[in-house]
Formats: sequence, structure tokens, C-alpha cells
Amino acid sequence: MQVVLDNLDFYVSGMWATLELTALSFLLALGIGVIVASARVSPVAPLRAAGLLYVETVRNTPPLVLLFLFVYGLPKAGVIYSLFVSAVLVLGGYTGAFVAEALRSGIASVPIGQAEAARSLGLGFSQTLRYVILPQAFRTVIPPVGGLLSALVRNTSLAATVGVLELTGQAERLNTDQTDPIPIFLGAAVAYLIITLPLGALIGAAERRLAVTR
Amino acid sequence: MLYDAPGPRARRRAWIGSGVALLVVAALVTVAVRRLADRGQLDEARWDFVSDPAVLRFLAAGLLNTLKAAAVAGVFAFALGFALAVGRLAPSRLVRAAATVWVQFWRAIPLLLFILFISLGLPVLGVKLPVFWFLVIGLAVYNSAVFAEIIRAGVLALPRGQAEAAASIGLTFWQGMRLVRLPQAVRFMVPSLVSQFVVLLKDSSLGFVLPYSELLHRGRITGSYEHSILQAYAVVAVVYIAVNASLSYLARYLERRTRATATRGRGRRGERPPGDSVTPITADTLGGYIPAGLGDIGSSR
Repeated sequence: MQVVLDNLDFYVSGMWATLELTALSFLLALGIGVIVASARVSPVAPLRAAGLLYVETVRNTPPLVLLFLFVYGLPKAGVIYSLFVSAVLVLGGYTGAFVAEALRSGIASVPIGQAEAARSLGLGFSQTLRYVILPQAFRTVIPPVGGLLSALVRNTSLAATVGVLELTGQAERLNTDQTDPIPIFLGAAVAYLIITLPLGALIGAAERRLAVTR
Repeated sequence: MLYDAPGPRARRRAWIGSGVALLVVAALVTVAVRRLADRGQLDEARWDFVSDPAVLRFLAAGLLNTLKAAAVAGVFAFALGFALAVGRLAPSRLVRAAATVWVQFWRAIPLLLFILFISLGLPVLGVKLPVFWFLVIGLAVYNSAVFAEIIRAGVLALPRGQAEAAASIGLTFWQGMRLVRLPQAVRFMVPSLVSQFVVLLKDSSLGFVLPYSELLHRGRITGSYEHSILQAYAVVAVVYIAVNASLSYLARYLERRTRATATRGRGRRGERPPGDSVTPITADTLGGYIPAGLGDIGSSR
């Protein structure tokens, strides 16, 4: 227990890194999700195919493989980013595929009359999507996207495997130093709970305020 | 459909859009290929490990290890999840609370942290196991929480009349569960269970840190040994995609079949008598969990 208290600042800096990774990659995931979901319902067939290809490829690959491909593989082709940025891009891209699927099923849950009404007013496809369908779809997908956010917090730990010192990385480094795995990793677990429990409460509150169930 | 059946002008626009989209994709591919070629990443020497039978055997054994760990962990996770799901539905408040805490706890902790904890912590406590079992314990315990939620959602998806009928003919809670509710609920769960198995299989790549000699670990060894790091990871990714996409396809097929049989003989679709509705297993009924592929469930358009 003492080892955790003596090294609290490592845990705190790890928590900050975990929060930063989560926030940045979640924003990226939302952006990718909206774009890919729009592509998947668009009238342009190649866009639909590209969206499907993205979702199927990314969802079926372990995020760790994507991370290694990005961090160790792409530099061979001259594509190099810092470890932190690589982790954000990979986590955002991975989560984005799931957000896209959640949004797509959210779009499907908006009654078809809404799209018909929008069209009868003379709105085109992108206007229909932007002003009528997506605002309603967002509210129905708050629970699944909230679930993705909490999964993302857990997935940020993968960045530790390529040397980003977020919470798991800090704990691992501390353990290499002090070799006292049980209190050190339990301390990290508590730190994760400190992040995820309030986040869960926040998601629940957002759900109750905004969500519509159909 | 979010758009009208296209008329002549919309068809022309769609054609133009398709052309532009194809051109953009082609340009991106060309840039990527040129870039790879410029750096010699497409040279035959970098790819010839793919046709080396010894390397292929090495990687195939890695895939087998991945599948072995995932299958064993899947069985344990299902058994544990089954017990937890029944616990979550039990009449005793204490049992319910214990099962709920367990399920919630594993939603808050990263699997990687847990695997590090057991692989480094258990030996300190004097528990010595092969790395295979560290990975299996990690995957099984972690996924038991998700399997429990899927099984619970499957049971809750049944019409309430089933539980009431079981009680009214004098069955106890456990008898009703065993003889009436679970046997019917299983068929709603199967697609989600297969989807979650894909997640578990992806998670098994974390065995890399132990290190357990699974596909990703062997891919890395191949990459450094053959000086083909990018190529080796690309091959590993393709193998994972092939395996997981087949499993996801199976899940979708099972889901379609389930939906077809579940609605048979109840009048026209969507016109079931009130109170006899089947709640689809969605992220909502799972309390925010989204096993891969679950986004499809419950949407029919």
C-alpha cells in the first residue's frame, strides 16, 4: 500500500494522460463515425462500399494489431507520428468504426416518415441527413455511444504496450522499478475506477436528459 | 431509404458522385502504393516470407494458439456468465447485488491491466501457471461480465407471460428458469454470444504481453526475423480479419434465422398481440454494452 502512496504523482500523471487520450480519440471517433455513417446511407454506391469496407476491416482487427501496424509498420513507409498521436489516431479510428455502426442503427431507428417529410419539403439527401435525421439519431444512440466511451477508457490502456505512459504504462513502469505488483496494479485499478465511475454517472445523466427510446 | 427513387437528374448526379468517389479512392491508393514502392516496401524480398512454408507453419501454429486460448476462455466465460446472469435475475437481493457489483467492476477496469496483474501478481502469491492459463483466466473473468449481460438480456427479452405461467403452474424460480425461461432465451442470445466471441478473440491478442505465443506475437517475431515488419503485421491483420469476419457473418446469419423463426406463426410481422412482444437485444437492453456486430440487431431497415 505504501508503494502506491509514495508514488501518487505517477498515478496522477497517468490519469491525466489516460483522460487526454480518451478525450482526443473520442472526438476523433465521433468525427469518423458521422462521416462513415453518412457514407453508409448515402445514395452513392462507392461511398457505401468504402464505408462498409472501413467498418468491416477495422472492427474485425484487434486494436493492438492496428496499433503495432501504425507504430512499428508505417514508419517503414515514411509515416511517423509521436507515440501519443499514434495512439490517439488508432484508438479514434478503431472506436470510430463502432460509432459509425451505432449511428447507422440510430439512423435506421428514426421513423421513415421523417425522411419522407423532409423530402416533401424539398430537402436533398445531405440536408435531410443534417437537419432532420442525424439530430434525432444522435439522441437515440446516446446509450450505445456512452458504452463505447467507457470501452474507450479501457482501450487507452493498449497505448502502454507501445510505451505511452498513461495509467497502465505508469503502473507497469513503477512495477519494473519496485517489483510489488499486487498493490501497484490494485492502485491503478482504483485509479481507473475513479475515472470510470463518475464517467458512467455522467453518461447515465446524459441518457436520462436527452435520450429518446423508440 | 433516406432518398427517393432516383430520377434522371439524381441518377446523373449519383453517377458523377460515384465517379468522383472512385477517383479519390484510386488517387489515395496510388499515393499509398507509390510511397510504399519508393521505400522498397513492395520489393519481392520483403514479401517472400509469405510463400515460405516454414514461416507459414510458424504463423499457422500461432493462429492455432490464438484459437485455442479464445475457445477455452470462451467456454469458461460462458459458464461463469451463465451463473452471473442467473444471479442478476435471482429473487435474493444479496445475490443480485453481488452479481451486479462483479459485472460493473469488470466494465471499469482494462483487460490489459488485469492480465498484467494476474501474470505478475499471482506468481508473487505462489501460484505458478503456464502463460496460457494467465491469458485464459484474464479473458474468461473479463468476458464473463459481458456474457452475463447478454444472457440476462436474452432472458428478459422473453414475454413476461412465460415467467408468470411457470410460476402459476407451481414451479419455483429456479425450476422456471431452468425448464421454461432459459431454454427459450438461448435462441435470442446465440447471435450476440457469437459476436462477443469475436471480441474475445480480438482480446486474446493481449496475450502478446505475457508473452503467450499467439498470432500477433509470432507475427512480430516473423517481422523482425525476415526484416519485413510492416508486411508481417499486415499479414497478421488479414488473418484476424478473415477469421473474425467469418464469425461475424455467422452471427448475422444466426440473427436473421432467429428473427425469422421468432416471428413465424404469430400473424403478420409487427402485429403481435400486446404483451407478447419480443424485445430485441440491443445496447439499451444490455445497459450500454455493445458487443461487435450488435449495432445491427434490432434494426430492420
